[in-house]
Amino acid sequence: MIPGTFSYHRPKSVQEAVSLLGQLGEDARPLAGGHSLIPMMKLRLAVPSDLVDLAGIADLRRISQEGGDIVIGAMTTQHEVIASDLLGEKIPILRETALLIADPQVRYVGTIGGNAANGDPGNDMPAVMMALGASYDLTGGSGTRSVAAREFYRGIYDTALGAGEMLTAIRIPMPASGHGFAYEKLKRKVGDYATAAAAVILTLSGGKVATCASGLTNVADRPLFAEEAAAIVTGSTLDDATVEKAVAAAEAITSPASDRRGTPQYRTKVAGVMVARALARAKSRAA
Amino acid sequence: MAQTQISLTVNGKAVEASVEPRMLLIHFLRDKLRLTGPHIGCDTTHCGACTVDLDGKSVKSCTVFAVQADSAEITTIEGIAAPDGALHALQEGFREMHGLQCGFCTPGMITRAYRLLQENPNPSEAEIRAGISGNLCRCTGYQNIVKAIQYAADKMAGVQEAAQ
Amino acid sequence: MNDTVLTPEQRTDQLEGIGCKRKRVEDVRFVQGKGNYVDDLDLPGMLYGDFVRSPYAHARVTKIDASKATALPGVVAVLTAEELKGVNLAWMPTLAGDVQMVLADGKVLYQNQEVAFVVADDRYVAADAVEMVEVEYEPLPVLVDPLKAMEPDAPVLREDIKDKTEGAHGPRKHHNHVFTWEMGDREATDAAFGKADVTIKEMISYQRCHPSPLETCQCVASFDKVKGELTLWGTFQAPHVIRTVASLISPIPEHKIHVISPDIGGGFGNKVGAYPGYICAIVASIVTGQPVKWVEDRIENLSTTAFARDYHMLTEIAATRDGRVTGLRVHTTANQGAFDACADPSKWPAGFFNIVTGSYDFPVAYCSVDGVYTNKAPGGVAYRCSFRVTEAAYAIERGMDILAQKLGMDPAELRMKNLIRREQFPYTSALGWEYDSGDYHTALQKAMDAVGYAELRKEQAAKQEAFKRGETRELMGIGVSFFTEIVGAGPSRNCDILGIAMFDSAEIRIHPTGAAIARMGSKSQGQGHETTYAQIIATETGIAAENITVEEGNTDTAPYGLGTYGSRSTPVAGAAVAMAARKIKAKAQMIAAFMLEVHDDDVEFDIDRFRVKGNPERFKTMKEIAWAAYHQVPPGMEPGLEAVSYYDPPNMTYPFGAYICVADIDVDTGETKIRRFYALDDCGTRINPMIIEGQIHGGLTEAFAIAMGQEIHYDDDGNVTTASFLDYFLPTAVETPKWETDWTTTPSPHHPIGAKGVGESPNVGGVPCFANAVNDAFRFLGSTHISMPHDQWRTWEAADRLGLHT
Repeated sequence: MIPGTFSYHRPKSVQEAVSLLGQLGEDARPLAGGHSLIPMMKLRLAVPSDLVDLAGIADLRRISQEGGDIVIGAMTTQHEVIASDLLGEKIPILRETALLIADPQVRYVGTIGGNAANGDPGNDMPAVMMALGASYDLTGGSGTRSVAAREFYRGIYDTALGAGEMLTAIRIPMPASGHGFAYEKLKRKVGDYATAAAAVILTLSGGKVATCASGLTNVADRPLFAEEAAAIVTGSTLDDATVEKAVAAAEAITSPASDRRGTPQYRTKVAGVMVARALARAKSRAA
Repeated sequence: MAQTQISLTVNGKAVEASVEPRMLLIHFLRDKLRLTGPHIGCDTTHCGACTVDLDGKSVKSCTVFAVQADSAEITTIEGIAAPDGALHALQEGFREMHGLQCGFCTPGMITRAYRLLQENPNPSEAEIRAGISGNLCRCTGYQNIVKAIQYAADKMAGVQEAAQ
Repeated sequence: MNDTVLTPEQRTDQLEGIGCKRKRVEDVRFVQGKGNYVDDLDLPGMLYGDFVRSPYAHARVTKIDASKATALPGVVAVLTAEELKGVNLAWMPTLAGDVQMVLADGKVLYQNQEVAFVVADDRYVAADAVEMVEVEYEPLPVLVDPLKAMEPDAPVLREDIKDKTEGAHGPRKHHNHVFTWEMGDREATDAAFGKADVTIKEMISYQRCHPSPLETCQCVASFDKVKGELTLWGTFQAPHVIRTVASLISPIPEHKIHVISPDIGGGFGNKVGAYPGYICAIVASIVTGQPVKWVEDRIENLSTTAFARDYHMLTEIAATRDGRVTGLRVHTTANQGAFDACADPSKWPAGFFNIVTGSYDFPVAYCSVDGVYTNKAPGGVAYRCSFRVTEAAYAIERGMDILAQKLGMDPAELRMKNLIRREQFPYTSALGWEYDSGDYHTALQKAMDAVGYAELRKEQAAKQEAFKRGETRELMGIGVSFFTEIVGAGPSRNCDILGIAMFDSAEIRIHPTGAAIARMGSKSQGQGHETTYAQIIATETGIAAENITVEEGNTDTAPYGLGTYGSRSTPVAGAAVAMAARKIKAKAQMIAAFMLEVHDDDVEFDIDRFRVKGNPERFKTMKEIAWAAYHQVPPGMEPGLEAVSYYDPPNMTYPFGAYICVADIDVDTGETKIRRFYALDDCGTRINPMIIEGQIHGGLTEAFAIAMGQEIHYDDDGNVTTASFLDYFLPTAVETPKWETDWTTTPSPHHPIGAKGVGESPNVGGVPCFANAVNDAFRFLGSTHISMPHDQWRTWEAADRLGLHT
């Protein structure tokens, strides 16, 4: 219930934050919304020596359109994502997903950057970002580099973030207008992580799938980009037989943990069901 | 442990304090400021009994450090009633509709409902249930809590209509 | 005065007596955040205690080194079993006749068992110090399966009683055996099974769960060295019992122990017994001379305090071909955990499990219960169980559904055929209980009519055909449960806690101005006693409820009582309230007669006054009588107007109900949606319908949680895998169904106001109703019994086993 001791820093700029992280060493952690980190600290499963609170950095909270991309600052809260008219219009899957994350209080404080960069396979945004083809701005002592979401995740709490680096922004190429989208998440109750979840972004052309991308949540030690499943449905009308093949392909890449949500076999099957339902719903929304 | 200075506003009053960085906001409010309305019901940020209103957001104060609340404006259940002591429509509604039994979840529940009604002054039942899904109750089964919030929404709308 | 112009209805309304939906008195402080819970207490010099706990389920403790912890600035003391032995408190007696370690004495027996108690001047320092206590363990083989506990090579858990062949409840047949308890006629029952047309036999397991009130267990102990007196505030559902126990196990005499239960944030049976935290806080306060606060966190609460259920019931029913039950036989293995700390009345190691004949007219029955030890936390009686009635109701209600299936009968029809008939009451069951009153057929019919039962079955049949044709992946289930509860423990002839009979009490004092204060031996944890007891007094004495202050929980001022659990407040303390009020009314009558200058028998009570018979314009109000009691009483009478009643109930009471549930199950995800839940309860006289409805809502929500996902789960190494709210299923407002409540009223013939109690009924009747609904959905595919909890993955697995995913 009570965390260990740490030193607290509240930089006013990204530069200052990055500089602090560089100086303070590997036991320093950035503090975004804190609703993943602080619960771990209260259980003393995380014992950072220093916390670098990013809340005072105005630059990190923004949602803007830059050319064909939407750029979201890492400290933008889930609540702000839900409330954003721009996102609601251009990338509606984000609002749908955010509403399925945690509960109202956590969404007021939890950030999209934290959810994307944490590395917990239960976080929802990673699979969505993979489906969207998003990329992450990672800022460290030597500047900012860009890493595709599809290349960012390596394992449990294991990402492409280097020492002293932090996620500062998410760049999402705007899906085509009239695209279909869905985030289907099975959970035991509000606030739970997914038993399995699937994100789908697709476009239709002449009644057939022109483009499709899909990501899976919490059915492996990292979010999964269901490339083959998406390829299978591309060019099809999403007829039952094709969807069944896509489901099989999605199931084939899963290796879920066994926990109180169910056996690995069950969770794999649910992932398949989520993919099928996400495809159906995305299709129904596509123009 | 080195202490950090914070200054914030709690229930309309300016507060200055010196705290360890690791001091959780809920402990700061309860143990230091003796505002024992918000409660602790779990260790994992689920139950919402600790909910306060911080800069216009419903926040679980068990998962925020007091140092993060520097410069913040916080309202706890103790600040929900009017300055002259008149109960808020929610407080009245919870009593009218039997929206509480043991009372332990109630401060967090009312404080959350307060912000919910600011977000959405006329919520449907489904919206109320989703709106309080970060607050657990073991006694009431939520049904009368929903009624209490509806009562308050109606009353606040009526008052606004009357004022117009 | 203008009350002379009020109509009798208005005068009755003004009283807010029995039957009124009186708004709650307690709410005024709670909605303003001004409750007084234990953790709100802040005493000068108060210290904080926190436990070092074992990561192992079964291990020797070979070394405890607290030196680093003691050296931490702010740490005042670290207690281990060694220090407690010095005051003979390393072990404490349990309510079940066993003993329990307060701190690990040479070994630990369940994960998170208390090993050492750190005391510091700050919560945060105490938490740090806990991490600094170094403990060495030698792990031992772990036993978690109660069905394996009595195998010949099962590990020895309780070395302290290893060679004891006599336990508190009779002979012990194995080192992990606690007791065997049996009831009924074994021979006659076996004979009935021998010649039965049809029998069913099923292992019906009720999983271990936990009441998880939102406030955890906590206390503040403050020993005054000068006076030699201990004041103990705590989350105690039975404060007087705690006081007596404290005086028995410590050198402090009972008159110098002040136990106070302030506001309690939910109890549900979790806060009845004594915990190591209370003992350690007391000892620490004595040792340090300062108040010591102990507040457990949620993980500690879920993994170490009084769990519920963990009953494994091999259930058999014998019946005729046309559906008349002829015998019931149940053998239960009861998992007591590492110590038997069940909060049962002392003669009832398996609680009132012999209510397992339920609402049905079984001519013969036999039940036996074997309690066993395992490497799990102690407890067992909690969570609205009414002393194992939840377990019994689950067994019989599932059993009747399984029997119905075998007979090819509708489950409601089978029940109708076997329900005890109204004219059979008072009814003596084959397992020895005398049910006070009931009108079961009326209740079940009313429930069936309310939901349109026949139509629902038609809809279900159509959906089953659609499923077989592949048109839907959803199954519809209809759950029926008709439960009979037994509450109001209890008559002194068969109910005692540690030798103290289970009466309860009320003391009422009327003030000169006609207001009153009343205190009882019960202790509300949300049931609204400050509101409802006043309603009883108002109806009985004619003093308006708003003029009556009700207090509970301070053992110095409240008359002795056995506390609140097992739905006993209304049947026992409520009866005492009525009886005390009637004593006051009797004295008031004499005073009124004296004031009116007539004979005692010439006045009659009328709502809020005594009036002269035949001459109603001549009356004295209770307010006037109260003043007279302090001013001018009849010669020979003592002044004042107060009374005490200690009520020894002549019998238990038997609330009952008919619940019907409609569920829709998605076979591809295992999700169950509760479409409808209708609950008809009969709790006899209804004191406050608003509060009754609230109790039903809350109990049904708990039942929903238990049936659909709650489990305190241990892996094979004895690790608790569900010790936080991440995995222990507490539904939010989104998952929780909407509840429809209804009632019939069949008063208890032996209770002064005919009331029976209701708090636990919804958990008793609710769990089997949900379970029957889920099971019913799969019945037509040949499934007989699916175990709880019916969470998504297990429901999916049931569907998978039936081949529904190919």
